[in-house]
Amino acid sequence: MSLADLTFPRQDYSYAFLDAFAKRELRRSILKAIAIPGYQVPYASREVPMARGWGTGGLQVSLALVGPDDTVKVIDQGDDDSVNAANLRRFIARMTGVKTTTDALSATLIQSRHRIPEEILGEHQVLVLQVPFPEPLYQVETSFAKTKEMHADAEYSPMWLSIYESLVRYNTNTHGADYPVVVNGRYLMAPSPIPRWDNPKLHMAAHLTLLSAGREKRLYAVPPYTEVRPLEFEDVPFEVEDQRGWTDESTGTRNKFMNEIPLEGGLSRYELSDSDYKRKLETQDPKLGTTYYNHNGRFYIEGYLRGRNR
Amino acid sequence: MTAAPRLDAPRLLKAQPVLSTVGLRKTYGKVVALEDVSLHAYRGEVLGIVGESGSGKSTVLRLLNLQESPDGGEYFLDLPERNRQNLFVLNRFETRQVRVHHIGIVYQNPHLGLRMKNTSSGNVAERLILAGERTFATLRGSARDSLSASEFPVARMDDPPFKLSGGMQQRVQLAKAIALRPTLLLLDEPTTGLDVSVQALVLDTLKRLQYELGITLIIVSHDLGVIRTLADRVMVMRGGRVVEAGLTDQILEDPQHPYTQQLVHAKL
Repeated sequence: MSLADLTFPRQDYSYAFLDAFAKRELRRSILKAIAIPGYQVPYASREVPMARGWGTGGLQVSLALVGPDDTVKVIDQGDDDSVNAANLRRFIARMTGVKTTTDALSATLIQSRHRIPEEILGEHQVLVLQVPFPEPLYQVETSFAKTKEMHADAEYSPMWLSIYESLVRYNTNTHGADYPVVVNGRYLMAPSPIPRWDNPKLHMAAHLTLLSAGREKRLYAVPPYTEVRPLEFEDVPFEVEDQRGWTDESTGTRNKFMNEIPLEGGLSRYELSDSDYKRKLETQDPKLGTTYYNHNGRFYIEGYLRGRNR
Repeated sequence: MTAAPRLDAPRLLKAQPVLSTVGLRKTYGKVVALEDVSLHAYRGEVLGIVGESGSGKSTVLRLLNLQESPDGGEYFLDLPERNRQNLFVLNRFETRQVRVHHIGIVYQNPHLGLRMKNTSSGNVAERLILAGERTFATLRGSARDSLSASEFPVARMDDPPFKLSGGMQQRVQLAKAIALRPTLLLLDEPTTGLDVSVQALVLDTLKRLQYELGITLIIVSHDLGVIRTLADRVMVMRGGRVVEAGLTDQILEDPQHPYTQQLVHAKL
């Protein structure tokens, strides 16, 4: 009998790429993040075979969470088939052997960059968002020592002031994607650069949302059924992107988030940003779920949005 | 024979001071910046603090503004929710509440008090945002009211302070300080660096506001002219100690302490 017979067969990589200690550290940070909604928990961002800025934060969280029974979906700007999404999906599948899917409703673990699916996610699902800049106060305060103090004091007046300023100067709120939200009435949070259209989907969501920045080494969470409010003045309601009149050219759908594709002569055509939702509409997939915004553009939680889409 | 009219005790004898400090002490390393400074000010009164550079007058102001914590002493403000409570023992959050709601300050250098690239109205509105106001129309209205009260041209309320003249910047600071009708207004050399005619206009505004709002004012200056114009009472400081205190006219016309005599004669 040789020594080799007594040991486990040699593997080139551990399950889900990260070693057990890395995963344990990540899971502890994730638990802490869930316990303090919206609070940025520092973690030891590991090396993964991918450059910083390509979703390494989201990938590490996905790898720490994924198990043999999971079904994984990866989204890049609403699209399942872009290089970034395809690479990540293939990598996770190769390191774990899990099933992959493009269907937002049958996936148990969804890693996404810049979008939340149009269909309402359920309690059995986890959404992992890739975050480039986790600090929402960075645009008004460049010192991280100061922003930490401001979070500790819940002192967010400079952010309110910046909204006041844009209303005074431009008569409208000029904050675009990554619109700051207050989670559970306490922490100001950058929801990652999702369009404003997706911000309300985080409010009282049934699914767990984890947000992770690999380069900045911070992760934070929106637990299920947690209040998420955008910064808005009482008399100037928060508005999602105005895409009234935009129609998806292949399905005729309206009031879902669209990509604008410029045409010659200054014209545009529009295409549903959520590619799998579009596929379901085109193939009349029976698994088509209800969406956060209905066909009139009304948000599914009554009274949450006070502007156009209420 | 008619009975002599009953004389009431003077108001200053009966009234409780709005502000009082007991034995302030502050050191920076080995340097003793303040030693046993006790002062008090009544409602609607203007207290001037004069002294040479390094005499500790700005340190007093920083302590009164709760910007720094002292090495000794107590500080009381007559606030309904902080009845006879030493303000130096409050926690961060309570300190911020007191500063936002009850203490206004105008710095000599407008860069300390203003966000230069934001609009002037935004600078004033920030004070209300800090106090929890979340209605845009109210913020705008209050900013306009405050700015016009400090005689700032309302047509320029959305100009950023870096585009304004020195006098106007001080008016924005003043508007910001009085936006929430504070109990105490602190002025740190508010007109130093302004030319004489602008200085006179700003002093006029200060005097009118102080009269209209009945705020207690503490003004720190090395300019005896400013003190003479504004202050009811004067405190002369040197080397971190109070060397003489009394009514303005009394101190400036008949100084008793040799240092005060020197100061007054150097100036006049």
